[in-house]
Amino acid sequence: MSANIKDTQRMIEEVLEAYPEKSKKDRAKHLAANDPTGQCSACQVKSNIKSRPGVMTVRGCAYAGAKGVVWGPVKDQITISHGPVGCGQYSWWSRRNYYNGQTGIDAFGTMHITTDFQEKNIVYGGDKGLDAAIKELHGLFPLGRGIGILSECPVGLIGDDIEAVSKRVAKEINIPIVPVRCEGFRGVSQSLGHHIANDTIRDYVLGKGTLEKTTPYDVNLIGDYNIGGDAWASRKILEEMGLRVIAQYTGDSTINEIGIATKAKLNLIHCYRSMNYICRHMEETYGIPWMEFNFFGPTKTIDSIRKIAAKFDEKIQKNAEAVIAKYQPLMDKVVEQYRPKLEGKKVMLYVGGLRPRHTIGAYEDLGMEVVASGYEFGHGDDYKRTYPEMKEGAVIMDDATLYELEEFTRRLKPDMVGSGIKEKYSYHKLGVPFRQMHSWDYSGPYHGFDGFPVFARDMDMTVNSPTWGLIRRKK
Amino acid sequence: MRQIAIYGKGGIGKSTTTQNLVAALAEAGHKCMIIGCDPKADSTRLILNRKMQNTVMDMAREKGTVEDLDLEEVLLTGFKSIKCAESGGPEPGVGCAGRGVITAINFLEENGAYGDDTDFVFYDVLGDVVCGGFAMPIREGKAKEIYIVTSGEMMAMYAANNISRGILKYAQSGGVRLGGLICNSRKTDKEFELISELASKLGTQMIHFVPRDNEVQRAELRRKTVIDYAPDHAQADEYRQLAKKIADNKNFVIPTPITMDELEKLLMDYGIMEKEAVA
Repeated sequence: MSANIKDTQRMIEEVLEAYPEKSKKDRAKHLAANDPTGQCSACQVKSNIKSRPGVMTVRGCAYAGAKGVVWGPVKDQITISHGPVGCGQYSWWSRRNYYNGQTGIDAFGTMHITTDFQEKNIVYGGDKGLDAAIKELHGLFPLGRGIGILSECPVGLIGDDIEAVSKRVAKEINIPIVPVRCEGFRGVSQSLGHHIANDTIRDYVLGKGTLEKTTPYDVNLIGDYNIGGDAWASRKILEEMGLRVIAQYTGDSTINEIGIATKAKLNLIHCYRSMNYICRHMEETYGIPWMEFNFFGPTKTIDSIRKIAAKFDEKIQKNAEAVIAKYQPLMDKVVEQYRPKLEGKKVMLYVGGLRPRHTIGAYEDLGMEVVASGYEFGHGDDYKRTYPEMKEGAVIMDDATLYELEEFTRRLKPDMVGSGIKEKYSYHKLGVPFRQMHSWDYSGPYHGFDGFPVFARDMDMTVNSPTWGLIRRKK
Repeated sequence: MRQIAIYGKGGIGKSTTTQNLVAALAEAGHKCMIIGCDPKADSTRLILNRKMQNTVMDMAREKGTVEDLDLEEVLLTGFKSIKCAESGGPEPGVGCAGRGVITAINFLEENGAYGDDTDFVFYDVLGDVVCGGFAMPIREGKAKEIYIVTSGEMMAMYAANNISRGILKYAQSGGVRLGGLICNSRKTDKEFELISELASKLGTQMIHFVPRDNEVQRAELRRKTVIDYAPDHAQADEYRQLAKKIADNKNFVIPTPITMDELEKLLMDYGIMEKEAVA
């Protein structure tokens, strides 16, 4: 075992010292010093386990995963938050999934629709109200191509039969009605919500769209939610390569798109955690292969472009080289401008989905080093993909608590921390440069060649802002 | 004011026993109230001489929210000025009846349904304590006394023991106590001895043995208690005795539930259950 790993392990032990015995034992399994080879067994973290009661976990729930992440961005589906008003209200348009469309005509993403449960709905059940809500919505917005019913906790507790309502009303109004059993108490984090949502795509929409003709270059862009326009930046590259993106899952997407995905030749998956399920299903049932790629930062983007092109013919491979040749100088300029200001800066990340590993290359393009990284709701396969991306002895964290994040920050002294909205303000108080890396802190896109200049600018603006020096730091 | 909850296996005769008992208490001059905690809303039929039409939850559903209700709409007066309310709730298989009980009891309390002049409030609770909602009447600040209606049938005794376990939980956190078992006779073998013994095992008493008599059914068909329909019948006196015993009761305990094995042994000791049938 190397000195780097030992030092980090010692630091983790120090941080854990503050916990009572049981918590210490539990949390120790979720924190490790990185071994890029994956050989060191003590360096593997446990994940996807129920959070320890009492710790300040920042995880979300199954509803957050199903509604906020997967189904929310589908623009021509009318999404009902089925239950009391709060879940829908506080998840309303918080992920900045951009789309083109006219609100109320062919796009409903900015709307917050809820069945607004009252006592009487709990006692007598909410099925009748749901039936009425669907019909009313269809009357108000006849161009809505689908209706999603996203279950909140009470619906599961009282055992309402939303599947029966969906089936009955779908026959009457002839559009897909998707009952999603994503009650928040299910599972240990938002991760199960992604899985449940993927399953409902499979059961209610997949294979049911219409596509006039297919080409040998049809692909799906999977696991891109178009945060701040990310999917548009990614799609642009694929199209310039000569590929035809027939479906985006689910940023700026339509119900028909979700339905025709089975006609593609290849599934390109960006956020593996939230959408690997549907890719595996399409592989098993429709024989469509899938591959992961990474469009953060020029190095990884160019590498991914070549890997994607290798799955196609020479024409696409030639196009790919032309695309690289076109953008390489522009990217070099960005690096030239920002790298001198960011060289050697240390980054700590604690995010979800794909970012803890996928953004590492983009930071490295700017000369920055990710010294600690962790997932809110990752599984073992996410960590396995992360170890090789990070240096030996870097800190790997699973379901980290606010205390641990603060302590690692004090010890590692990162020049910048990238995490979520709940962590943002405690870092402001610590006086540590912070970037909200769930929705790009109201910026973006960060994907592809369009995104990298924005990413570089934002990181420079974060790390080098004179504001941080004006904050009275906590001693 | 004494608040009393009546529990017991479904179909054992809780509602019939409660209403006859309350009628007898009212006849003796006590001011009484019955709150039905069962979506079937049949806990007050014999007092009101008709099925309650305005249950708390049905009215709340009609008006939109429970806050829009007036107490007078759901609190009716029947035989001997007994006040009656029913929680109401959904038909079987939908919604959450337990939540209905919680909402209804909270409404009645907040709106002062229990006047200062009330001597007894009875909660007639559906079957077994299936969820938190049906334990509502025995939570803090509500019923402090519980009577379990049972018979000599094994499943009724099993339920009585199970309910005792529920009481034990709330006895430790709140102040609820078991006042006794009411044996509503089904004419099973050695029923009196068996239930007396079960009561002593549970640390309580069999407060009264109500014999089986068809006069109860005849009165029920006329939507009346025996006290009301046939005040001179011997069965009416049984309910008067039960009422007096409950009014005078000082024996309140934290129950000591027994194991399934002990319950089976009890049935064997009284020769109800054949030894080989168990083995």
